[in-house]
Amino acid sequence: MKVKVKLFATLRDGRFSEKEFEIEAGSDVELLLKMFNLKHEDVPIIFINGRHADFDTRIMDNDDIAFFPPIGGG
Amino acid sequence: MDKILRINMSAKGGPALKEESNAKYPGMGGRALTTAIIAGEVHPMANPLGEENKLVIAPGLLSGSAAAMSGRISIGCKSPLTGGIKEANSGGQAAQVMARLGYAAIVLEGRAPEGELYKVVINKDGVKIDKAPEYKMLPNYDLIEKVKATHGDKVACISIGPAGEMKLGAASIACTDMEFRPTRHAGRGGVGAVMGSKGVKIIILDDAGLENRKPADPEKFREANKVFVEGLRTHAVTGSALPAYGTNVLVNLINEAGGFPTNNFKEGRFAGASSISGETIADIETKRGANPTHGCHRGCVIRCSGTYHDKNGKFLSKQPEYETVWAHGANCGIDDPDKIAMLDFLDDNYGLDTIDMGAAIAVAMDAGLAKFGDGDAAINLIKEVGKGTPLGRIIGSGAATTAKVFGVERAPVVKGQAMPAYDPRAIQGIGVTYATSTQGADHTAGYCITANVLKVGGFVDPLKSEGQVELSRNLQIATAAIDSTGMCLFIAFAILDQPETFQALIDMLNAFYGLSMTADDVAALGKQILTMERDFNKKAGFTALDDRLPRYFYTEKLPPHNALFTVTDEELDSVYNW
Ligand code: SF4
Repeated sequence: MKVKVKLFATLRDGRFSEKEFEIEAGSDVELLLKMFNLKHEDVPIIFINGRHADFDTRIMDNDDIAFFPPIGGG
Repeated sequence: MDKILRINMSAKGGPALKEESNAKYPGMGGRALTTAIIAGEVHPMANPLGEENKLVIAPGLLSGSAAAMSGRISIGCKSPLTGGIKEANSGGQAAQVMARLGYAAIVLEGRAPEGELYKVVINKDGVKIDKAPEYKMLPNYDLIEKVKATHGDKVACISIGPAGEMKLGAASIACTDMEFRPTRHAGRGGVGAVMGSKGVKIIILDDAGLENRKPADPEKFREANKVFVEGLRTHAVTGSALPAYGTNVLVNLINEAGGFPTNNFKEGRFAGASSISGETIADIETKRGANPTHGCHRGCVIRCSGTYHDKNGKFLSKQPEYETVWAHGANCGIDDPDKIAMLDFLDDNYGLDTIDMGAAIAVAMDAGLAKFGDGDAAINLIKEVGKGTPLGRIIGSGAATTAKVFGVERAPVVKGQAMPAYDPRAIQGIGVTYATSTQGADHTAGYCITANVLKVGGFVDPLKSEGQVELSRNLQIATAAIDSTGMCLFIAFAILDQPETFQALIDMLNAFYGLSMTADDVAALGKQILTMERDFNKKAGFTALDDRLPRYFYTEKLPPHNALFTVTDEELDSVYNW
């Protein structure tokens, strides 16, 4: 299945900003982290289609997935 | 820091100075002190621009000491924008310098005769107040340039621009930064209009020949400060994200969450978000030789600020904050960082709150005065404010007034003050704060974005109503206390996650004042401040019905989540039940 992955802030360093990937049906967020060599603490904020997701959230076809490092502002 | 300076601007024969000890307000600083003085001395029904109102300027408890991050100043009054009590907070050099001069507060009282304008100069030898007709209607940058010629650039200034002199509802008070630029503002609630009504254009603070304030227990203080700084350096948000990108790193995140108010709060996502994101702006700054990592005052170790250069590499403005980038950017449909930086400069120069101005321009765009996305039209509208034309005065009075004058239904305001950069339908916790804060719609009063979006200090689902009241309540209490210490609120990211960093802050206060406060005492202080503020507002005429969002947030769905604000009135009314 096809998914769009977006990385932000420092996660982009040496990686990419936005890319589409073909992944196996039934995959979860954990698999993507492995693909991009990211640890749990690197990505406390994960959105799938604009909703908060977790490491074990199952990914669906055409999902739009965004990873953020720890950030803050105000 | 044990003196209060009172300046009575109505006194016969010109302004009268009075210095007294702060014995009446023991152990109070920052917001605790501004609130105590306003609540205790100003009639709740006073006209905000009249003789009875007071403008209180107070550095925090740790300002002027060697404590890191302690350079925040509180400015309080009865607000001409909300009609309730106000504390507007600013960075810059003023807090440190004023605290070293020994003042817990400067209180401007009375009202100068119409047309008279004064400057106040304070140094180690005393206080001088003189007529300053030469400063009349000067924008902040020009004013500071003039002051530089007479006082050098080592002083710190607190000033108003033309907006303050015209007593507009969105007028701010500027504080100079480390480079002696008027870039840091006590922005909200029209505090600049109150300073204008007093007839004071500028307060020049000179701490030459004075030293840092000394702690009661220097050894313990040094140790606590070390642990505190270490905690800020190691936390990912305060140690790396804020320094690298500034607050504007939030653009992409809040946009992703579907809570980035666009085109006057009509949508939760902005197509041009990536062009105005923190990542993009930091990149522009680096390429143009500006500085993306810079503190707003000496002693800041987070350094979320920066400078922004134009295409020719010339200083244009400070690095616009997230709130400004949103207000003048997405909320007005503008995706050009250069235009946004220009608007930031103009706001600083005329002395205007960037949040209420962005919201007012978006309302004006809704009314058909300009097209969404038209940056030049937005710049022209702000210039109207600077010129003081009737149209400019309307816009400069903020979003609520602009909506009324132009017959716009959607005014994103609570208690007359414009909502900042988070749509309360997609991020419900911040909606609770907007609705119930004593300050009107204000994100800093209880920054629920922490647990709603950033996953700092726990997690509460932003799209649901459950847990939001408790989250907002606890943050409002903590914030009121932090605002009294002189600490920048951004330390909250580290102290919410790291108990040892929070303890270090308490240790620092204890070592400085020879106290033995606990975390419970800090919470009690926060509650005490909020209670005084609520009480003042109640006497000024506010009821539970003022603690509500405008109806359309309950009835008009916000894309992409088609979210509505679902926290009930009963829940909102329970925020202050502790
Ligand atoms: S973190 Fe930012 S706002 Fe806070 S004191 Fe430092 S530069 Fe100023």
